[in-house]
Amino acid sequence: MKIAVLSGKGGTGKTTVSASLSATIKPSQYVDCDVEEPNGYIFLKPDIKHSIPVNVEIPCVDESICTSCGACAKACQFHALAVIKNKVILFPEICHHCGACYIACKPGAMTASERTIGVIEMNDDQTFAQGKLNIGEPVAVPVIKKLKEYLRTDIPVILDCSPGASCTVVQSLEGCDFCLLVTEPTPFGLHDLKIAVSLVKKLGFPFGIVINKALENNSLIQDYCKEEGIEILLKIPYLKEIAKNYSGGTLPVQNNKEWAARFIELYDKIKERVLQ
Amino acid sequence: MKQIVFISGKGGTGKSTLVASLSQIVQNKMLADCDVDAPNLHILLNGKVMEEKDYYGAKEAVIDKDKCLSCGICRRTCRFGAISEDFEIVPFHCEGCGACTLICPAGAIHLEDVKTGNTYVSETDRGTFSHALLDIGAEGSGKLVTEVRKNARNHINEEDWLLIDGSPGIGCVVIASITGADAVVAVSEPTKSGISDLERVLAVAKHFDIPGYVCINKYDLNPDITRQIEDFCDKNGFKVIGKIPFEPKIVYALREFKTPIDAGLENITAEIEDIWEKLSEQISTITGRRR
Repeated sequence: MKIAVLSGKGGTGKTTVSASLSATIKPSQYVDCDVEEPNGYIFLKPDIKHSIPVNVEIPCVDESICTSCGACAKACQFHALAVIKNKVILFPEICHHCGACYIACKPGAMTASERTIGVIEMNDDQTFAQGKLNIGEPVAVPVIKKLKEYLRTDIPVILDCSPGASCTVVQSLEGCDFCLLVTEPTPFGLHDLKIAVSLVKKLGFPFGIVINKALENNSLIQDYCKEEGIEILLKIPYLKEIAKNYSGGTLPVQNNKEWAARFIELYDKIKERVLQ
Repeated sequence: MKQIVFISGKGGTGKSTLVASLSQIVQNKMLADCDVDAPNLHILLNGKVMEEKDYYGAKEAVIDKDKCLSCGICRRTCRFGAISEDFEIVPFHCEGCGACTLICPAGAIHLEDVKTGNTYVSETDRGTFSHALLDIGAEGSGKLVTEVRKNARNHINEEDWLLIDGSPGIGCVVIASITGADAVVAVSEPTKSGISDLERVLAVAKHFDIPGYVCINKYDLNPDITRQIEDFCDKNGFKVIGKIPFEPKIVYALREFKTPIDAGLENITAEIEDIWEKLSEQISTITGRRR
């Protein structure tokens, strides 16, 4: 079973929830799809044994064949190629590795080359896997795609997504069985939760909600969920103790049987929903 | 007009709250929200939308069924798995690269512009505000960010400052938000995640040669990590321009759509005023030197 944890708004507790789930359900695989800012390693402290570069294909121009006709630059929808002073210039960071320029080049001057944009890191038994985008690289999707080649199929998989609701999140969600939406009871949290709900509904995934930093006497999220008929699967209270433990890299489930039991209960609820 | 972008690496550290608070202190400025897939600043600004536009920031292949020979060469050429067995374009997969249009022997495929979001220019009592909303799951968030910044420049009316609320992360949205800006302010928090993400986002600022400043929010939550952040900044040439204490009343204020300044939190207000004093002074000297 593959469970994706997302939120819309950043900092609502995706990593707390996904790492806690992974730390309680054993064996399971934790996969950090927030390749721009992966944080799960801080809490799960894996012993990284495998480091696999993420390479993407880029075009390489054979200048002895190139006629500087400009067809490649015209074909590239991402403006990653330009002809300047009779020379084809590639802007590798914005290349989408689509191969259109190879087709457009009539003399056949384009050959494939490679460059590294990130890395996949895993522990020995691959119960921990993370992608890391290199500094200055804009395009995260190929790193997530590569990371997802290492999903285990024999144990539950928890995917920790990035904030937002753009293509990186869509890529992370693909193929998952359930989406867990983590939110907080502020106007910001609710606003972005609605965006995340629209996304999972549009993609057709079953989903449920975790309210983090929940306060008594505040029903902002509950009211919305009631109206929309969305199930609230867990509430984590707004406690300075939890925040303090988090700051130092400790999860609520670590050394706390009561919280571990609640996350097992959360997992059982999700299992029930998926098997329905 | 000088552009300052508020980023953080990690989400939820307080970017929007700080920008909304600064909007009550800084004179003669414009505002922009470049967190286009989960924008929040408008919630605290309460403006009136003066201009709304559809934004076409991507392309998608369209197959003409009458011309299609069902030869399958397009499906074999597409690197994104965007063409299905029965020659339909798979939603969310097509990146609009046009490789299929070039390879199709029947000329049955062409590209069409796709709407990826909406842009807005609003009037608020704190200045003109440029913002946007990416369509659910859409491509091209970086391009939409560039459009938001362009819209701000198009509505400039002798303002001195543009305060830009950024997004979490370090990828295309953040790069599009900070390219060509005068300075970035990284809003951090003293957590292990916070410092890890701060280091990465400041490395991005350095990579693009943009001066970076740091503001530590909830600094008293974990004094050890606050010290680590200060040490890191010291060693790497980033100035810490402010430290805001952990104050649960800020959360209560936000629930009522109020900034800490609206809520009359005097110590927080004083700290934010101090941040602006330091920041504006620093940026004047830097941009002076750059020119």
